Amino acid sequence: MTTATGTRWARLGLARSGVGPLLALAVAGVAFSATTATFFTADNLSLLLDQSVVVGLLAVGQTLIILTGGIDLANGAIAVVGTIIMARHAPGQGAAVSLLAALTVCTALGTASGTLVARLRLPPFIVTLGMLAVVAASGRLYSQSRSYPVDAALLVVSGRQLPLGPIALSHGVLGLLLVYAALWYMLRQTAWGRHVYAIGGNQEAARLMGIPVNRTLLSVYAGAGLLYGLAAWAALGRIPNADANAYQTANLDSITAVVIGGTSLFGGRGGVMGTLLGTLLVSVLRSGLTQAGIDALYQDVGTGILVVAAVAVDQVARRGQK
Amino acid sequence: MGGSQLLFTWPPFMARLALAAAVIAGVAGAAGACSRKAAPAPEARLRIGLVTKTETNPFFVKLREAAAERARQQGAELIALSGKFEGDNEGQVAAIENLIGKGVKGILVTPSNSSALVGAIKRARDKGILVTALDTPTEPPDAVDGTFATDNRQAGRLQGAWLKQALGGRAAKIVMLDGVPGGGTDTQRHQGFLAGFGIEENDQAIVGRAHVYGDQSKAHAAMENFLQAHPDVNVVYTINEQVARGAYAAIAARRATGAILIGSIDGACTGVSDVKAGKLGATVMQFPTRMAEQGIDAVVEYARTGRRPAGFIDTGVQLITDLPHPGLEARDTAFGLASCWG
Amino acid sequence: MSASPVLAARSLKKRFGHVTALDDTDFELMPAEILAVVGDNGAGKSTLMKILSGALAPDAGELLLDGRTTTFRGPLDARQKGIETVYQDLAVAPAMSVAENIFLGRELRCPGLMGTVLRRLDDGAMRRQAAAHLSALSVGIPSLSQSVETLSGGQRQAVAVARAAAFASRLIILDEPTAALGVKESAAVLAGIRRIRDRGLAVVLVSHNMPQVFEVADRIHIQRLGRRAATVTPQSHTMSEVVAILTGAASFSGGTAETLTNVE
Repeated sequence: MTTATGTRWARLGLARSGVGPLLALAVAGVAFSATTATFFTADNLSLLLDQSVVVGLLAVGQTLIILTGGIDLANGAIAVVGTIIMARHAPGQGAAVSLLAALTVCTALGTASGTLVARLRLPPFIVTLGMLAVVAASGRLYSQSRSYPVDAALLVVSGRQLPLGPIALSHGVLGLLLVYAALWYMLRQTAWGRHVYAIGGNQEAARLMGIPVNRTLLSVYAGAGLLYGLAAWAALGRIPNADANAYQTANLDSITAVVIGGTSLFGGRGGVMGTLLGTLLVSVLRSGLTQAGIDALYQDVGTGILVVAAVAVDQVARRGQK
Repeated sequence: MGGSQLLFTWPPFMARLALAAAVIAGVAGAAGACSRKAAPAPEARLRIGLVTKTETNPFFVKLREAAAERARQQGAELIALSGKFEGDNEGQVAAIENLIGKGVKGILVTPSNSSALVGAIKRARDKGILVTALDTPTEPPDAVDGTFATDNRQAGRLQGAWLKQALGGRAAKIVMLDGVPGGGTDTQRHQGFLAGFGIEENDQAIVGRAHVYGDQSKAHAAMENFLQAHPDVNVVYTINEQVARGAYAAIAARRATGAILIGSIDGACTGVSDVKAGKLGATVMQFPTRMAEQGIDAVVEYARTGRRPAGFIDTGVQLITDLPHPGLEARDTAFGLASCWG
Repeated sequence: MSASPVLAARSLKKRFGHVTALDDTDFELMPAEILAVVGDNGAGKSTLMKILSGALAPDAGELLLDGRTTTFRGPLDARQKGIETVYQDLAVAPAMSVAENIFLGRELRCPGLMGTVLRRLDDGAMRRQAAAHLSALSVGIPSLSQSVETLSGGQRQAVAVARAAAFASRLIILDEPTAALGVKESAAVLAGIRRIRDRGLAVVLVSHNMPQVFEVADRIHIQRLGRRAATVTPQSHTMSEVVAILTGAASFSGGTAETLTNVE
């Protein structure tokens, strides 16, 4: 009886509507506010949002791909290439052109993964693992192992602050929220979104039901690539400097955010709002534990526990439905 | 043949064997191309392996370029391999095994982890290959035939001493941004800084400490969080200049650049430029070119005479700042920009 | 029997390497009838069904839809020609709701700019229509917004059948729809199949379950060794006679008469 209700709760609450991550976020927020003087301040809350922008944008693309039952290990590397393209070409070709070029290249790289996954039916893990190696190495060759400072206003615009009462929100944060709202709408309110979920739930069934599986998968990977390009743009707003060694663990950070947010790694269930909460939760944990004076390695321990807990909840939820 | 009799009196058997091989190779080469008879024939086919931590860090790029150039001057062939990322021990072990298979005379290695490569290095040395550490010592240090490196402790000490003097009499609030947990270089710089600043590991003055893996984005986020917790931070120790750049971005965003001193280590051209622009207070330059050249020379010497280097050979460091303090030998950024790498 | 078949096949052949799955199979489905297809494993039932639903193309032979020769370029093509298929392993998206599943791949958009520009889905309309389709089959589903994976096997099957019935204009192919169901649930699904027939659609029912076949089928197509061994009716033959034909214990010779040999 208790397991049944527990399972039901997990199914209806945690796994589906993001109540779990929301609850964890609330608990962490209250705990850190109570134990430290510096956590619950307008300044720190703005900062938390700022720190979530780049990983948040990577994670929203990652969410789309994971919802189809895939995974993307190359997203951080793709974004880093984006930053290098912008930074290298802004002085010569102008900021707008270099921005456009970077977004185009990132979209193309996503499309390349998507083509291999959709048309050749290769496993996404392998495809993007290969993509990671290729893109990371190309980025380093292309950057000639140097880092490039950026000063074009257009490229660092995401770092500009907009004061809203006591809290200053950066353009990057507003952009992030806009992107999440748009993707929430696309996933929940359009046929495309239904198809993304259906493909992740049962790809063969989706095909039999006449869903354009290949076209949808391709659009998911291409769209994710574009989102990685936006992440690259936001990254320059954070640090106005493109460096091939940056964001080396961003792929795993984005997967962490998605999983903590309650999206199933098996595909077909979850959503972007959970991912936003997952991203914030990781930032809150890092910030709060730092304010509390706890060693950085424990922050990784905390994040790891959250990931395992989230996956466990997902498994329980799935088992409950079998 | 009389010459080979004489050689018998020289100590290491493997070295002797190797030299014999080199002589034969040289003779073969000379027989093939008479015009080259006058050239120092024994080294003509000398192969030297280089294993760096990564292929992309500008420091290792410079090291590789300098090694290749010196090898060319010496008439040797350089085979450069590397790990895939900082901490890629398996990749470095595979690279060493690969080089053993290629029949190199000597291997210059910058170990990612001080102890992880010791087994592979022993296998190479058992085959008569000279193995020399560059940039990072091994643990134990005598696992290799000598180490050509920056005295990282000294580098850390100079950073610490400069920051201490620049701070003047004010009470220190220190953030330390380290590299990889357990990394040999990282630990030495860290301890050198403590010694140079005149504090202990658990001193109250240290308000924050994080491992940021040489990643500017991690350094940035860590510094932001430390500044939230301790807005009165006034000294930032950084493991290298990429990390310093991330820390600077966090500090600049809070418009606290005047109040916070950042020190760093490396001497890359972008880092020296940051010092010149006043973003960093000082950096400690190291000299990858010297490591590479001295390492190559050691292998050539070994091939010729069988003599092995031993112990720690310091390739030197130089404090670079435009705000010198008496009693602390420093050069300005003009010198720095002329001798920087990357 | 005087009407022309909705769907017919003449001399279908299909080989997979050395295996001949279909060897000159004929097939006729009349309007508004339930045609059961029975046969032993390996008789070519599922190959025949895949050809009829567009999932496989025959090596030889022709397909006639309302008397006109046709070919199917794929399941989607067959569906556009009015043929819906309910697969044995239930092509449903488990985490999605009942209404979402019924309209999957054929979603309705809002009228006006919301639909054309923002491509917003009309969930209300889809839910109302889904409810209508389900009640037409007298299927009781607690809630249309419930995810399919929370339903019982019978309810899931009912959703799949309702989905097919909602969009089929000519016929529905059901592959072992009751194989995983209990007695009560099976009865409900069979009742739903009868209702579909009564609304004028033709139904092809692939089944191993003889009592069920005799309960609902108008005619029975008996497949044996890649050919149609006979077409009989529940009135003309007994269950054991049908079993005898499909196992080869008895043979069948033309018309409605039959000759039985070696019946145990």
